[in-house]
Amino acid sequence: MTALANAPAIDVDALKTRHGSAFSANWRARVITAMVICAMLALYVGAFIYFDVPWGRLLSGSSQLVWFVREMVPPDPGGHLATYLNALGETLAISLLGTLLGALFALPLGVLAARNVIPAALLRLPVKRFFDAVRGIDTLIWALIWINVVGLGPFAGVLAIATSDFGALGKLFAEIIESADQREVEGVRASGGRRLAEVRFGLLPQVLPVFAGQVLYFIESNTRSATIIGVVGAGGIGLHLAEQIRVLEWRQVSFIILLILAAVGAIDFASGRLRAAIAGRRSAPH
Amino acid sequence: MQSNRPERERDRAREPARPMKVAVSSAVVRLPDRQLAAVLAAYRRAARAKRLQFIIAAAVLVVLIGLSAVQAEVDPKTFLAKIGGFFSYFDRLLTLDTGARVWTDPAEWFWSLKRSLRLIGETILMAYVGTLTGAIVAFCLNFLASPNLTGGATTVWLTRRFLEFCRTVPDIIFALVFVVAFGLGPLPGVLAIFIHSVGALGKQFFETTENIDMKPVEGLRAAGASWVETIRFAALPQVLASFTSFALLRFEINVRGATVLGFVGAGGIGQDLMEAIRKFYYSDVSAILVLIIAVVMAIDISTGYLRRTLIGRARS
Repeated sequence: MTALANAPAIDVDALKTRHGSAFSANWRARVITAMVICAMLALYVGAFIYFDVPWGRLLSGSSQLVWFVREMVPPDPGGHLATYLNALGETLAISLLGTLLGALFALPLGVLAARNVIPAALLRLPVKRFFDAVRGIDTLIWALIWINVVGLGPFAGVLAIATSDFGALGKLFAEIIESADQREVEGVRASGGRRLAEVRFGLLPQVLPVFAGQVLYFIESNTRSATIIGVVGAGGIGLHLAEQIRVLEWRQVSFIILLILAAVGAIDFASGRLRAAIAGRRSAPH
Repeated sequence: MQSNRPERERDRAREPARPMKVAVSSAVVRLPDRQLAAVLAAYRRAARAKRLQFIIAAAVLVVLIGLSAVQAEVDPKTFLAKIGGFFSYFDRLLTLDTGARVWTDPAEWFWSLKRSLRLIGETILMAYVGTLTGAIVAFCLNFLASPNLTGGATTVWLTRRFLEFCRTVPDIIFALVFVVAFGLGPLPGVLAIFIHSVGALGKQFFETTENIDMKPVEGLRAAGASWVETIRFAALPQVLASFTSFALLRFEINVRGATVLGFVGAGGIGQDLMEAIRKFYYSDVSAILVLIIAVVMAIDISTGYLRRTLIGRARS
């Protein structure tokens, strides 16, 4: 403190000669940044012109929204509590079954897409692209397609979640296997293990906890997706929610939303604890 | 062979013992039997406890699966009876009304290409406007949700709960409500994407801001900078690259999500797609799906490239 107070005035010129770049503006970077921002702004404004936003309706709609929100209190199941709880259970069941089913099918194909298992790009890349294509189609589209196949109901929802998870988890599994530490596999090989032992004692202990954590995380996030597939008729609480919104029963809408928030919160909490337990066991000294 | 064996032996005897060999021969030490028994017993106990834990977890999982299967009306018999329908559905998707395969007549397959491209463009624009607006609002809110930059615990708590609400309610539910309030069209879709992006990006943003290096912040505070100046010159340079990366990823997710917002009348390609699926216009469904997959993949690859460049530059 005192040393600083007693220090001679800082020689700015000397600093400038030593650290020139910190004092002079980088005009090239600035111009590029400005150009990118201008282009983004132009696209933004252009989009609003293209959408032909009805500004008048924006205003009246906003006041209507305020009215909706005011109508939402107090939340009230309107005598359908048992129905809603049953539908919520259906949603949770869809998310659990769908994720597990997707993981089951993703596992063998994910292994095939991993670089350190299948070095030949000609075999590996088609599997990867296949995962990308499946992943590119939203869960709701899969739900519509499965409804055409197995009919309306929660079973279509399970299959829709399973299909879109199959794409996402397959890609993830491949990446996890690729990032596994090869030294443990080599260790097993060096002490005379066969190929099967290499996978069982070198690879599996590394990747299984990560797989389990990811599957849990997907169950968690699928609880959210499973609430909406009911909108197209694939089971779960979404059907009731969409219906109550369409008939403007705002008290029941807010009740269902609160129900969903509580369920998602509970699943988040449980899966977070489980994931922490799995990760903790893994990082503990062997 | 036999004859030069003693010679070799002699050579080896003359050589000084190599330290590595000594290490190898002395590394394998057997514990005294009593100690060994104790260690082995402890190992078996640990292994048994782990196995028991595994069996309990597996049993719980099986019970949960059983309960879920009943609740979700899973019926393997229907499934097996109709799984053929799934594959024949894709077979029909790839067949034109004339009975020929779709790729034999691309002009007929993509007869509505112009309209579809316009609607896909609209979908991308919806995602763009929603993501950008959401990113700007999330950017403003995230500093309020980071306890290391904001003094009040109440502000942090309130902001975080608000973001949680925005991200937990699915965007299609917001879209449903907004369609009722604002009418059909892309506007409710944009608003739904916007609100969901605020919640999702806000969380990723404040988790980044929470973990920044506090030394530059302290330095600027000590030099008497205002709150805004502290954020501009201490926090922003540390977080901007990862913020941009998160926003690009969110844009990709939102394009995918925007393709279905049309299911509830909130604009984009979804309306046409749902109509085609519901009315069994098979080749139209596959044409739209191919376009969606191509666009989503193109955006996936280009944003992935941008993100890698950004992160690479931030690291160097």
